[in-house]
Amino acid sequence: MPNMSLKKHEMPTQEPSVRSRNFAEVALGYTAETAVEEAQRCLHCKNKPCVGGCPVRIHIPDFIAKVAEGAFEEAYQIIQQTSSLPAVCGRVCPQETQCESKCVRGINGEPVAIGRLERFVADWHNAHSCDLPAVAQPNGHKVAVVGSGPAGLTCAGDLAKRGYDVTVFEALHLAGGVLTYGIPEFRLPKSIVQKEIDNLKALGVKVETNMVIGRVLSVDELKEEYGFEAVFIGSGAGLPRFMNIPGESLKSVYSANEFLTRVNLMKAYREDSRTPVLRAHKVCVVGGGNVAMDAARCAKRLGAEEVTIVYRRSEAELPARAEEVEHAKEEGIVFRFLTNPTRIVEGENGMAGGMTCVRMELGEPDASGRRRPVVVEGSEFEIECDCVIMALGTSPNPLIKNTTRGLDTQKWGGIVTDEHGLTSREGVYAGGDAVTGAATVILAMGAGKTAAEAIDEYIRSKN
Amino acid sequence: MYKILKKKELNPTVTLMEVDAPFVAKKAEPGEFIILRVDEEGERIPLTVADFDREKGTVTIIFQIVGGTTERLNQLREGEFIHDFVGPLGEPSHVEGLKKVAVVGGGVGCAIAYPVAKKLHKLGAEVHSIVGFRSKDLVILEEEFRAVSDEMRMMTDDGSYGKKGLVTDALRELIEAGNKYDEVIAIGPVVMMKFVSLLTKQYGIRTVVSMNPIMIDGTGMCGCCRLTVAGKTKFACVDGPDFDGHEVDYDEIMKRASTYKEFEKRERELACNLFKKEVK
Repeated sequence: MPNMSLKKHEMPTQEPSVRSRNFAEVALGYTAETAVEEAQRCLHCKNKPCVGGCPVRIHIPDFIAKVAEGAFEEAYQIIQQTSSLPAVCGRVCPQETQCESKCVRGINGEPVAIGRLERFVADWHNAHSCDLPAVAQPNGHKVAVVGSGPAGLTCAGDLAKRGYDVTVFEALHLAGGVLTYGIPEFRLPKSIVQKEIDNLKALGVKVETNMVIGRVLSVDELKEEYGFEAVFIGSGAGLPRFMNIPGESLKSVYSANEFLTRVNLMKAYREDSRTPVLRAHKVCVVGGGNVAMDAARCAKRLGAEEVTIVYRRSEAELPARAEEVEHAKEEGIVFRFLTNPTRIVEGENGMAGGMTCVRMELGEPDASGRRRPVVVEGSEFEIECDCVIMALGTSPNPLIKNTTRGLDTQKWGGIVTDEHGLTSREGVYAGGDAVTGAATVILAMGAGKTAAEAIDEYIRSKN
Repeated sequence: MYKILKKKELNPTVTLMEVDAPFVAKKAEPGEFIILRVDEEGERIPLTVADFDREKGTVTIIFQIVGGTTERLNQLREGEFIHDFVGPLGEPSHVEGLKKVAVVGGGVGCAIAYPVAKKLHKLGAEVHSIVGFRSKDLVILEEEFRAVSDEMRMMTDDGSYGKKGLVTDALRELIEAGNKYDEVIAIGPVVMMKFVSLLTKQYGIRTVVSMNPIMIDGTGMCGCCRLTVAGKTKFACVDGPDFDGHEVDYDEIMKRASTYKEFEKRERELACNLFKKEVK
């Protein structure tokens, strides 16, 4: 008899007043008992709509059935067949627009908490299982993966499971891409990212850090000199945008990428960190995506008394996940909607002293269907602040495009591929933000998965 | 991990290290830089490639001990390892096609100017080198510069070696003597590059400077190293580090360089205490 409760089992979280002062994980995860209870809410419907909502097609009802029985390791094995990073996805996927949006229980009540269950299973495995995964029989073919973010890691994991000899090349000193430098510790503990990468290494994936492809080696050299039969480019979209307004060069003006890299990758939030970060009193974050929420919540945790998110559209248009906005509000982040900066004012000692903004109103819908914000004449006002973080989005770094012969890209820098991830170059595939521009972790993983299948087919058709 | 094959003190505060880094050595060109992390807890700092040997697979770096990280780096001995060493990064200096060039180096900046002068010399250009130091005991790479220069001017602030005065004095003298330079390449403290640029602007001589702003990743993903060149925002790590000296906003660069002064002072004290050294 299924558990007919209309609501998801709550997941305990740290109190907002406490957590806004530390970098420990906010959501604490299910216990074995609550996981079993939640799993019993699944109706095991025949057509499994939830699976269709998952970009990597996890066999959701099957793993949930195992959780309901208390067979957690078996549940992990089912997830692991299709997903390489379950502990990550269970935490950062927007399940409300993916698997859980399709759940039948959601029609009359809340959907099954698929994400929380996935997270529970992965954490349980990582804490309890010492079994090494079965390593596939080597098939003698070499594939290179450029970038160790979600797209690259997924592609590498899937190919390794098929017996390929896979090497991942990472530019930074730690693997993980945005999982390591971007998403903060309190949403995604770095020990969990590291554990997922170790799981991939146990499958035989090699990870070479400090390798900037496009500088140290080119894609062409990987193919021609180093014998990689195919290359997957998962180099992301890491190039930050600025507004080009006066005052952007002041000392305490950061791109969100810089601020988050200092805090997360370099651990500048620790008192004993050797990488500095400014600890400001009043911080303005410009933008409304998940990156803006992450930056604002980090600034608060670094001790800022006041953190304001400045966004040019209204609350309804915020691109960030509802849960992140909710968490930010609970932690005391202030939101100023329909507000756009025009100038950063110099304060003491070359630092920012304030930000001049204008009020906006929503006009006619633009080409994308969203109502375009229009400046309200004469509405200028100033927000006092001593630090500004620009979270306006990112575009693909041109390094790979500029150093790879015959690789077609869009005007804005995205690599052009077909639906299987094949680029204009034979044997060169791409996926994730490098192709789509800044999107989500799970879409990048889906692209990595699709490309792995295409690479497998390509190499097998050649031999 | 990257092994230190050779370590040599060039003067009391400047050290040379030859590092085993075959991938970097294979591609490195004058003007490019590397980013290193001394150990697992370390920060990432940029250092210019001072020399390289493609066959041996080695890269030479020359650094001045100015703070916590360079102090810790200087504590490493031959045979020990640098945790991370990534490069080559940045755009190489464009020296092809130049016939007659004045290379101006200031202090530890001479370590960056030297490979450029060497390459120019190898390409057959007439090289006039002007090197400046605060005093005699800080002089580095003198023999190396002499070997690749058609004309060499040694300047010290206090006159303890070479001629007393600034590099700009020597440069003006050479220009006034009728030397027609295709280009002046100036590498050293920002204030020196600023004054070299102001001088050459009067004579209308194209001038290239090598910028050294704060960096983290060095691959173009954060914009920490941004500067204004001809009114436009540029990232020194990918667009530079070389820029047109007449177009750079030097005052902005000097301001931004002081962002973490207090933190850096504390780090330096920590490192000095750790190694039981006098804090300077």
